[in-house]
Formats: sequence, structure tokens, C-alpha cells
Amino acid sequence: MALDSLTAATATELVSELQARRLSATELTESCLNRISAVNPELNAVITVCEEQALKEAAEADVMLQRGDGGPLTGLPLLHKDIFCTRGVATTCSSKMLENFVPPYDATVVSRLRAAGTIMLGKTNMDEFAMGSSTETSRFGVTRNPWNMDCVPGGSSGGAAAAVAAGFAPLGTGTDTGGSIRQPASLCGITGLKPTYGRVSRLGIIAFASSLDQAGPMTRTAEDAALMLQVMSGVDPGDSTSADVEVPDFRSQMGDSIQGLRIGIPRQYFSPSLDTRMAQTIQAALDELVQEGAELIDIDLPHTEQGIATYYIIAPAEASANLSRYDGVRFGYRCGAPQDLTDLYERSRTEGFGDEVKRRILVGTYALSAGFYDAYFKKAQQVRRLISHDFKNAFEHCDVIAGPAAPGVAFGLGTKTQDPLAMYLEDIYTLSVNLAGLPGMSVPAGLIDDMPVGLQLIGRAFDEATLLRAAHRFQLRTDHHRARPALAEVAS
Amino acid sequence: MPTTPADVLSVAQLARLRIEESALDDVTDRFGRILDLVAELQQIDTEGVEPMSNPHDMVQRLRTDAVTEGDQRLELQAVAPAVEDGFFLVPRVID
Repeated sequence: MALDSLTAATATELVSELQARRLSATELTESCLNRISAVNPELNAVITVCEEQALKEAAEADVMLQRGDGGPLTGLPLLHKDIFCTRGVATTCSSKMLENFVPPYDATVVSRLRAAGTIMLGKTNMDEFAMGSSTETSRFGVTRNPWNMDCVPGGSSGGAAAAVAAGFAPLGTGTDTGGSIRQPASLCGITGLKPTYGRVSRLGIIAFASSLDQAGPMTRTAEDAALMLQVMSGVDPGDSTSADVEVPDFRSQMGDSIQGLRIGIPRQYFSPSLDTRMAQTIQAALDELVQEGAELIDIDLPHTEQGIATYYIIAPAEASANLSRYDGVRFGYRCGAPQDLTDLYERSRTEGFGDEVKRRILVGTYALSAGFYDAYFKKAQQVRRLISHDFKNAFEHCDVIAGPAAPGVAFGLGTKTQDPLAMYLEDIYTLSVNLAGLPGMSVPAGLIDDMPVGLQLIGRAFDEATLLRAAHRFQLRTDHHRARPALAEVAS
Repeated sequence: MPTTPADVLSVAQLARLRIEESALDDVTDRFGRILDLVAELQQIDTEGVEPMSNPHDMVQRLRTDAVTEGDQRLELQAVAPAVEDGFFLVPRVID
């Protein structure tokens, strides 16, 4: 395989090259590291590079490949979002609060992917504590969109999306609390999957909102996402919310036809407020699925609009509880010369957290406080059930729900940072899926003015297999997922 | 109900956060706009609807009460900002 195509190849292609020993893990890892050192200074998608460790792991992978006793992903380089604890490697959540935090253990996702043979190249940038939709709230500076350096990559897993799109690695991990895998995948033209709540262990993922957070794969194709999800999934004794539900062989069903698959089209997702060209692009993608034998059915998700208000109570409330652990005592940032205990808590938190994180802690604290709990938090939990019912009702009539993953293509850097509410609207199509705990994915569906658009597919709980099958059939028919930013041609 | 700077300060106190005097109006304004956004929920009839805290209504498993990890104090305290003799150091609490 020619070296210049390595950074564009899919993980599935690379695995067969590696296993046939037409390519070594060292060669592949070196080409990814070279790509990172050439492009990252401008892109800022990666905030920690583990060059030495990666090359060592690659050499070990080569030995295993030679002996023919590797795992399913042996020799594949990957990047972890900097929210996953990595033993001995800084894990910052892109916050000053954790700038110097070196975890004493690995997240389950990290250890499972390592055991499967992946090589960790480094850690990717993100919105601070995963709170944002643009990767602009990072302590370590903004990540740019490889399709247009003046635009955001989306967020919060913006570093991972930009890195996979720019050819830094075939695989990236992300987390998604309200859209943080799917929206950046959409804006960067890659495939991103948020699994069903409970499918993937949350152990060692720095907590944001514990009833919403899920980790998932960010890749170039649905086939690669299946490859990675297979390894990431499954019950974990270390996470009591991980689901004890059988994990199917995702790839074995991927080639199956989608003849007769009923795709629900929520009226609320295609309201007149949706940008015309977005609507046309998504419709064209749906037409492709119809050509594959799928059937489109109009459905209703009546509480779609209230999803935002519900989410912006529940997520901050859970965050305010989770982030109370940052007190300057056991780990994380500690202010200088505290006068007393209250001073230690208040100044460590005030100096260690950024503005958006503090804003959400305030909203969450308010929603949980005496006198407001029923009106805000309990009310939001009730509406959450109504939203979940909407999906249940819809799935009586369809097998998959489809729509946009984001309201538009990538927006300009700095254009939404002054208005938190405008930023919150970025997640209107994604956050209800987290509230209902369902799997969702974004698949490249075309370009508008040379910027990627993602088609979102939403499935029944624990039915990632159907999403992956539909996405794979779509990708066999189309080549949107093969489109690469111009950057990839210049700088490889 | 408009949010006042005093409301914001009292929430900040609960959250152990400080707000600079110069930023207070700005923080109050944004905080108020977020509360306006979420206030729309009040119009939804949720009479008799059971609150949902887990999307699958799952009950968390309990693990058996057994020791699974040995002493890792040194490793865990290595990431602490200030320790002495195996203790986490904090400012004097009682004079």
C-alpha cells in the first residue's frame, strides 16, 4: 500500500493490510505521527502526543502480527478524547482544573481497546469537561475544522472528529452527552456513533452528566465503527449502569439488505425552520436509502422542541453534582495560599473552571436547590419521560428514525461564543436521543459549499446493529464518506 | 420571574464559586436567559408522569461486598495537590 494513502485508508482496509503483512504497524504508526506533526500545529486537534509509547506499542504489535496471534485491531493507531483516563498519560478534560492530572488507572474503554491491539497515538482536544458544541471552550485553544480552518469542528469531541478527518488516525474515541460525537462527526464529515446508554462502560470517563454520557467510535466508515464498537461494548463490573445485555456480532449483519426497513421521518425535524439546502441534502440521502429498499414513514416526535429545555436542566444538574468533587483537596487544581477551607474550595473552583463550566454548575445548582427542585429538576425528569415515550411510540411504526445531525454545516470560529443559547441550539437534533438513552449515529451525506453534512440515524435501544447496517448499505451506494478535506491532499 | 444579582450570588455560594463584582451583571444576564429558556417546560402538562432518572428505568446492580483492590494509597495520593504522612492537607479547620 502506498504510504501516502495510509492516512486516508479505512481501519478495515488497514487491518487486512496489517494481517497480510503488506504493511507494518510501525510504518503505519510513523505515518500517522508524521501527519500529526505536519498538520496539528495549525489544526490543534491533538493536545498530547505519545510518540515514544506509540512506537513501542507498534513494535510489539508487529511481533504479534508476525506470530499471527494479534487481536481484532492489532496494529491500528487510535486517538483518545482527553476525557478518558489513561494510566500515566495526562488526562485534562481540556480544563485548567485537570491540567496536571495523570490518572493512576485506565478507563475500561481504553483498556479494552488496548487489549484488542490498538496503539494509542495521543489525546484529542475537546470542550472543557465536554460542555460545548465547538471545541472553543478548551483550556488549550480552539481546534479548527480541516475543511475550513476558519470554522469550528463542532464539539465537544471536536479534536477527535478533526483528527480522523485530517488523517491523523483511522480511529478516535469520543463521548456524547447531548450530541458530542454526532455533531462534530457531522461538521467534519466522518462517521460517529453514540451507542445506547449502558452499552459501553463509563468507568474512567470523567463524568459530565451520568444518566446521559456514553462513549462511542469516531471513524471513517460504518464498518470501522462496528469494528471498534465490538471491542468497546459490554457489561463492566466497574460500572453499575453498564447494561448486562448481549452484544451481537455487529459486522456479521452489516452486509444484509435493508429491503423493507421502515425509516421514520419526524415532521418536527423537517420544519420550515430547517435550512433549505440542509433539507435537500438530507432528502437526497434518504432517497438513496429508498433505492436500497427502505421505506420512508412520517412520524411525530411532539416534544422535540422541549428537548432543549429538558436537557439544559438535567445535564447541568447532574454536572453540578459530578463536578462538586473538584475541591482542590484530593486531585486537580488547588489555589495558592488558601486562607481557610471555604477559601480553598471557592478559589480552586473559581480559578480552575472556565466560564461555560461555571455557568452550567450555577444553572444545575439552582435547579437542584430547595424550593426549585420540583419546578425544575423533577419537571425536567417528567418531560424526559414524555420524550422517551415519543420515541417508543414512533418505533411502533418504524425501525430507524432519520434526520439531520446538526442544524447546519460548521460555523465560523467565535461566531457563537458570546451567546450560549445559540450554541445550545446546535444540539436540537441530537440531545433528545441522549435523554431517551437510544443509539444514534451521524454518517456523511454530502457537502454544502464544500462543508460536510451529516445524516443522523436513530435506533431502538440496544439496536446499534440496524443503524450500522443501514449506514453501511448507504456507504456502499455513495462515496460521501470518501470525501476528504483539501488539506489532506496538500499536506500528506 | 426576573433573576437578580443577589439570586446569582446565593446560588454561587451554594456551588462554592465566586463571581467577580465586575462580571456579576453579565453572569446574571446570561443565567437569566438560560432560566427563561428552560421555563417553557412549565407549560407542559406532566400531571401523573413518573420522573425518569435512568433512560432504561434500570436499577443499578449491587456488587458483592468483597475487597477487589489492594492498598493503592501512594498511587492515588501521588495526584493530590498536598499530602503529608499519608494524609490530604487542608487549611486548619479548628483553631
